[in-house]
Amino acid sequence: MHSLITEGDAMTASAASGMSSLAWLLIALPLLGAATLLLGGRRTDRVGPGLATGLSWASFAVGFVILLQLLGLAAEERAQHLALWSWVPAGSFDLDIGLLVDPLSVSFVLLITFVGSLIHVYSLGYMEHDPDKRRFFAYLNLFVAAMLLLVLADSYLLLFVGWEGVGLASYLLIGFWNWNPAYATAANKAFFVNRVGDLGLALGIMTMFVTFGGVDYETVNEGVANANQSTLTAIGLLLLVGAAGKSAQFPLQSWLGDAMAGPTPVSALIHAATMVTAGVYLIVRSHVVYDAAPDAALAVALVGAITLIFGAIVGCAKDDIKKALAASTMSQIGYMMLAAGLGPVGYAFAIFHLLTHGFFKAGMFLGAGSVMHGMNDQVNMRRFGGLSGFMKVTWATFALGWLAILGVPPFSGFWSKDKVIEAAFVGEGWQPWVLGGAALVGAGITAFYMSRLFFMTFHGEKRWTDDVHPHESPKVMTIPMIVLAGGSAFLGLALGPTGAITSWLEPVVGEHGEEHPVLAVPVILTLTLLVVALGLFLAWRMYWRDDVPEVAPRGSVLTRAARVDLYQDAVNEGLFMRPGVHATRSLVFADAKGVDGAAGGLAALVGGLSSRLRHLQTGYARSYALTMLTGVVAILGVLWVIQ
Amino acid sequence: MTSLPLLTLMIVVPVVGAVVVAALPAASARLARPVALGVSLVTLALAVLAWVGFDSGSTELFQLTETYAWIPQFGVSYALGVDGIALALIVMAAILTPVCLLAAWNDVPEAESGRLKRYFALMLVLEAFMVGVFAATDVFLFYVFFEAMLIPVYFLIGMYGGPRRQYAAMKFLLFSLAGGLIMLVSVIAVYFAGPGGENGFLVENLIGNVEGSTGALRWMFVGFFIAFAVKAPMWPVHTWLPDAATEARPATAVLLVGVLDKVGTYGMIRFCLQLFPEASQWATPVVLTLAVISVVYGALLAIGQTDMMRLIAFTSISHFGFIVLGIFALTSVGGAGSTLYMVNHGFSTAGLFLIAGFLVTRHGSKRIPDYGGWQRVTPVLAGTFLVAGLSSLALPGLSSFVSEFLVLQGTFMRYKVAAVIAAFGIVLAALYILLMYQKVMTGPKPVFADGAAPADLSLRERWVVAPIILSFVVLGFYPKPVLDVINPAVDKTMQIVGVSDPAATASGSAK
Repeated sequence: MHSLITEGDAMTASAASGMSSLAWLLIALPLLGAATLLLGGRRTDRVGPGLATGLSWASFAVGFVILLQLLGLAAEERAQHLALWSWVPAGSFDLDIGLLVDPLSVSFVLLITFVGSLIHVYSLGYMEHDPDKRRFFAYLNLFVAAMLLLVLADSYLLLFVGWEGVGLASYLLIGFWNWNPAYATAANKAFFVNRVGDLGLALGIMTMFVTFGGVDYETVNEGVANANQSTLTAIGLLLLVGAAGKSAQFPLQSWLGDAMAGPTPVSALIHAATMVTAGVYLIVRSHVVYDAAPDAALAVALVGAITLIFGAIVGCAKDDIKKALAASTMSQIGYMMLAAGLGPVGYAFAIFHLLTHGFFKAGMFLGAGSVMHGMNDQVNMRRFGGLSGFMKVTWATFALGWLAILGVPPFSGFWSKDKVIEAAFVGEGWQPWVLGGAALVGAGITAFYMSRLFFMTFHGEKRWTDDVHPHESPKVMTIPMIVLAGGSAFLGLALGPTGAITSWLEPVVGEHGEEHPVLAVPVILTLTLLVVALGLFLAWRMYWRDDVPEVAPRGSVLTRAARVDLYQDAVNEGLFMRPGVHATRSLVFADAKGVDGAAGGLAALVGGLSSRLRHLQTGYARSYALTMLTGVVAILGVLWVIQ
Repeated sequence: MTSLPLLTLMIVVPVVGAVVVAALPAASARLARPVALGVSLVTLALAVLAWVGFDSGSTELFQLTETYAWIPQFGVSYALGVDGIALALIVMAAILTPVCLLAAWNDVPEAESGRLKRYFALMLVLEAFMVGVFAATDVFLFYVFFEAMLIPVYFLIGMYGGPRRQYAAMKFLLFSLAGGLIMLVSVIAVYFAGPGGENGFLVENLIGNVEGSTGALRWMFVGFFIAFAVKAPMWPVHTWLPDAATEARPATAVLLVGVLDKVGTYGMIRFCLQLFPEASQWATPVVLTLAVISVVYGALLAIGQTDMMRLIAFTSISHFGFIVLGIFALTSVGGAGSTLYMVNHGFSTAGLFLIAGFLVTRHGSKRIPDYGGWQRVTPVLAGTFLVAGLSSLALPGLSSFVSEFLVLQGTFMRYKVAAVIAAFGIVLAALYILLMYQKVMTGPKPVFADGAAPADLSLRERWVVAPIILSFVVLGFYPKPVLDVINPAVDKTMQIVGVSDPAATASGSAK
């Protein structure tokens, strides 16, 4: 039996029944698509994209039926465990493969398959003329399968398979156009930085095993009560390293901006809506550990707070529409991390904001793709402007996403982000002021840079290059955008004020604690709306009312720093890359000259011996046989003598 | 249970096959290839029979045993038998041999009939010796196979290798010989320290019965260990491997690095741990240190290579570091992980060497900077190369992840610092594989002077790659059949050494 929470009535997972026992289909369907398209080769060129899209929708259908089944059950019966097969029986380490269907995983399943399927549809249009379209859809399906494995796994090790699986899909898709060396480098960078995070996660899993004797959620959650604080803190921090890598959180954030090298649908699906939020999932899924390790939880919250400000600052300076959106993603995930680090007051809102963000950010990325589609694949916002009249659907859907991320009532982001800000003000001592303050300031900066992005693209003067003829995208692209815009507008309203999301997740993340923010809730709400209005006003003055220069001005010290992502690459290069390259070079040199030579002087011996043996012509075999014979004779001789 | 002497047959069949191949008349020399392939497939069938006949629930130390007196005056027997560890390695060798033969199909031009026949005959001889070395349960017989193995490899490198083949072959030979001679001293010493008599060299008689002063036993341990460390190869006696691997034909390199070198790590379990439990525990700190150095050193050196084959060889040095680490962690998890690692590494190295070999055949250079953009020339080759690389970097979902994780987990249970340092190998592995992939396969499509771009993988080459990739996926998600065979042998080793796994500190059931 799987107990999922430590406090209150422990919810236990029963054996899967009904539709839940078919949960494996969720993963198998897109996996089948990926395998068919990759192994089928060019034969599947024609049917491939459609097949992949259909299988993704089929996976969504299965997920939806499972949702209905769970909704029909009492809240405490909504966790179902599907045991599949014995995976790693190795000595005292014995782990089975199984899936955990519960409100948390099903929330992700629906987000992944619904947004994922919409993006498959969008890609049918966006990638229509790409010669490697089939491969693209194969990778998309592979991603969906891996992401579903990540959220459905019943153990940390199986989660890790999905975790690196989505990393692989991300690598393949960032480098999809890797004939461009910069894109190939971006793909590698994403993989390398993620591996650093994965190292943390792997060590966390190992610590869990030596502590709890198992790495499945059930064993870990049951053992937490018996573990000592410092071990739990260590586990929490190691998981945080993993989460930071995957979710582009400080200090492992450097890969996300470069990841925009991937085709835009990929940026929308993987690098905005789903994969990058996996870190938040990991933290919330491990809430039993964090509940018992407040220091680790605080570290999560701090990382979130730092990243939300970091991303927001970077977002203000980017002229590349995708990179600005990427910075925004980093910042928004910072909000989710912050919420997840706050403990029971934040878990549900972390997931809530993750869901609404999945819709509005994916919608805006698809909008950006639509703009690029109409503007010859340009991304420089300084050469956009005034597009609202030319791409009405794109403009309208983007506007809804923009209002949502700003947190303008009653759009989705208002309900989720405002709750995160409120929760950040809960606590004692300096924490609520620092965390809440960061969340509040972040909201203002978000309003500024998102409005900047929106105005520079759709409003103000046209600053187009001569060769562009902007036009609206085909329906196959705009319909997914409209659907996502619907989510941007109403999802928050449907789940937030109704209490649906908190009561749905409560069985997993525990009773939602009473909130007592250090400031009254209406005060926080008013302050938030004020800073948002201020950010919006400033952006309007600078980027709509005033002319936007086509070439970026030199800018202040901060602007210049933000343009280069606050020197993250310079730091990484100086600290790791250059010393690493030096170490490798000198080791290669030393190995050739030193170790090889020093290994018993054998190298010299080789030279001497082989030149001597060369005179013997056929001597190699003879001398070897002789040596061996000597050995055997020696053995026998010694034996004989001693006997 | 079968009453056939399967292990002997698995030695005899390839030897007879080798004789037949070598004796083919010059006119029908081209038959050497199908005959050799057929012989290796028969051997594979025998290996499958052995697998089926093996009872993983048995309490016997060895199964499928055959024991005959050979030189009873000196306690030497012809004794074969397998435990789960040996069986897994033999089956791996039996699978990889036909794969390599198929990969080596066009290594020697048909016109050179004599060379062609000898090439395939040598590979069959090597297969026989590989089976023998893993199946020998008599220390002296093991030593004979251990040394005899060098001969076919020496000729395969020295006669069929690249431009510096003679240097590489001689270097390989001298390192191995030096190790072998040191081991020889220990082999003799073991006999005298053991019970002696007509079966004095039998492993089962020696286990628990090798007696002597602590110092003497430790010296014997060191003798074996040095030989195995050279073979494995571990830092700092690894330098023969990159030369041998790059000068050898890819198929030879696979058999050398993928199978033959496993004798080193296999020997550490069979002889170092099982015969010298006390000395093993005494040596553990040093061995673990060397293993961790090998992991990191091999990986860093791999990153710095410009020759594809040398790069792959250095990745193997790193991987052998992992294997040794798991063995000397002395936990059931590490032991099972290391043994599984030996099997998985065989396949993933085969993938890298053979596919890189296919690439080299097309472009004629092993130098990484001579490539770029080949994904657009040979997409299937590039895709399979990437998969083999991902296996090498232990991507979860592929077989090597399971074994690498188990090794690290098993080490972490007892030696946290060693495990944490070795775990950095995870990051370095991503660097050496993906940087190589980037330089070779990505970038703008290359222009070929004569206008004719090389063809993608042929049908034969796809048949080479298919079983390798299949093994990655199957053993990645369902390693249980192999682990079930390995586990009892690992448990037995643990019992012999007298160690058991540390218990979990806070398991829920202990409430």
